[in-house]
Amino acid sequence: MEVILRAVELGLIFAILSLGEYITVKVMDSPDLTVDGSFVTGGCVCAMLTLAGMPNIGLAAAFAAGVVCGCMTAFLETKMKIQPLLAGILTMTGLYSINLRVMGGAPNVSLFAAPVPTLLSNPDTQLIVLLGAAGLIGLLLYLFFKTNLGLMLRACGDNENMVKSSSINVDNMKFLGLGLSNGLVALSGALLAQFQNFADVTGGTGMLVLGLAGIIIGEAVLRPKTIGVGLSAAVVGAVLYRLLYTVALQLGFAATDMNLVSAVLVAITISIPVLQRKMKEKRKKNA
Amino acid sequence: MLELKNAGVVFNEGTTLEKTALNDVSVHIQPGEFVTILGSNGAGKSTFFNVVTGAAKLSKGQVFLDGKDITDLKEHQRSKNIGRLYQDPSQGTAPHLTVEENLALAYSRSRGPFSMAVQKSDQEFFKKNLKRLDMGLEERLKTPIGLLSGGQRQAVALMMSVLNPPKLLLLDEHTAALDPKSAQMILQITSQLIKDEKITALMITHNMKDALEYGDRLLIFHDGKIVKDFSKEEKEKLQVKDLIDFYDI
Ligand SMILES: Nc1ncnc2c1ncn2[C@@H]1O[C@H](COP(=O)(O)OP(=O)(O)O)[C@@H](O)[C@H]1O
Ligand SMILES: [Mg+2]
Repeated sequence: MEVILRAVELGLIFAILSLGEYITVKVMDSPDLTVDGSFVTGGCVCAMLTLAGMPNIGLAAAFAAGVVCGCMTAFLETKMKIQPLLAGILTMTGLYSINLRVMGGAPNVSLFAAPVPTLLSNPDTQLIVLLGAAGLIGLLLYLFFKTNLGLMLRACGDNENMVKSSSINVDNMKFLGLGLSNGLVALSGALLAQFQNFADVTGGTGMLVLGLAGIIIGEAVLRPKTIGVGLSAAVVGAVLYRLLYTVALQLGFAATDMNLVSAVLVAITISIPVLQRKMKEKRKKNA
Repeated sequence: MLELKNAGVVFNEGTTLEKTALNDVSVHIQPGEFVTILGSNGAGKSTFFNVVTGAAKLSKGQVFLDGKDITDLKEHQRSKNIGRLYQDPSQGTAPHLTVEENLALAYSRSRGPFSMAVQKSDQEFFKKNLKRLDMGLEERLKTPIGLLSGGQRQAVALMMSVLNPPKLLLLDEHTAALDPKSAQMILQITSQLIKDEKITALMITHNMKDALEYGDRLLIFHDGKIVKDFSKEEKEKLQVKDLIDFYDI
């Protein structure tokens, strides 16, 4: 029971990661590799401020730092004309050094010595706080996507050429989307640091794929057709994935193998429609 | 209204692939005119539109809209005043957004970025306007537009470009990808909307009959130049067989 509760709580933290990635992967139709860096930036910034006695300001600052990371990638992409994937990799790589600096050169810090309790310090209310956070962020995102600005962002990912020939500035939309996405990713990293009382500069490896896994599993379960269901699916999927992950650990998988498990899972899930089509064609040929 | 002065466009300048797509074109379009444009493939018609919208850069010359030099304005800065429809219906609409969301994209933006894009009063307004198309689209506001037929999508795209009437509407073979029946229907709706909203419009077509039947001025493009410019009176006397000769210049 204890194990499952903890899995759900972690799942809710990663649900915020998935919601952030939903903006780039699903809405803007262009996966963003900044994530593996900005997730850690969120954790580091929040950890340092938590140690300085400002845990909640730490969460807000983590979000803001994530927005800056995303804007950096958007800048490389739009103003310097660097390919989206490479732009993300460049930011992520640069962030590794910055994250180390944020933590004063230490590869990891412990938050057990924090002077002020965080929102997640009380084990009895942890679940409620995380449910509230994931639910609220999902709801705000849903409302945002129904505003004029949100609609423009969605149109950008749906038909960039059409948006270019309307009076919407596509470059500004990239800043908005990447900024918002990485802000949420960093917030997820910040909550994880507070939850585990621990921040680690190497903790970002595999986060992009982890967030993706949540989105994809959610889609497999809920088959969303509208953006509202799509956002809910990302939350549900992230929690489900964490539960599966926990089961795998119980079955004896090593924690260090889990990145491989995530990658294989995402690869298989994405290729299922293609495999199904191939199978159908084969059956037709044989018939 | 719209004026091009010695407009020239050269692609891949200085390479073996050099291609002059527009060659020293000067033309003046009057306010309220509905101009049809004919010309063989590669004559430079789409490039002419691209120069007006800012999608293609001028190698030389200038573009004026309402007396203002817009040569150096970016595409998204010009598009407040210029609407455009393409041959491929999927180019003018966002497939995963619903019909009402696509319409809102064109209509609601002036309310500010953080107001809800589709409000109750908008739905009524959209329904009223979609009824004018007589395609039953008023019942399908919540349908993702990618699920509609090409003709229906093009009709919505057309509606999008007139809900916030632009000063200038550019139609680039916008009925060419449709079946004959839908094409005629869209053409009639186009002509009606242009009249109702008093929009200045340019329409490229490959159908000589349509070019003669619709509009009140006719331009013929060939090899990057405007080789003929028929006024309303001249155009009324023209017949399809007169036009065929111009394709073999
Ligand atoms: N982006 C481009 N790069 C190189 N050549 C182009 C480009 N766009 C158009 N062209 C060339 O310019 C000429 C005019 O094209 P276009 O204006 O599309 O003709 P039309 O619309 O009249 O069929 C064609 O020869 C075409 O191949
Ligand atoms: Mg053309």
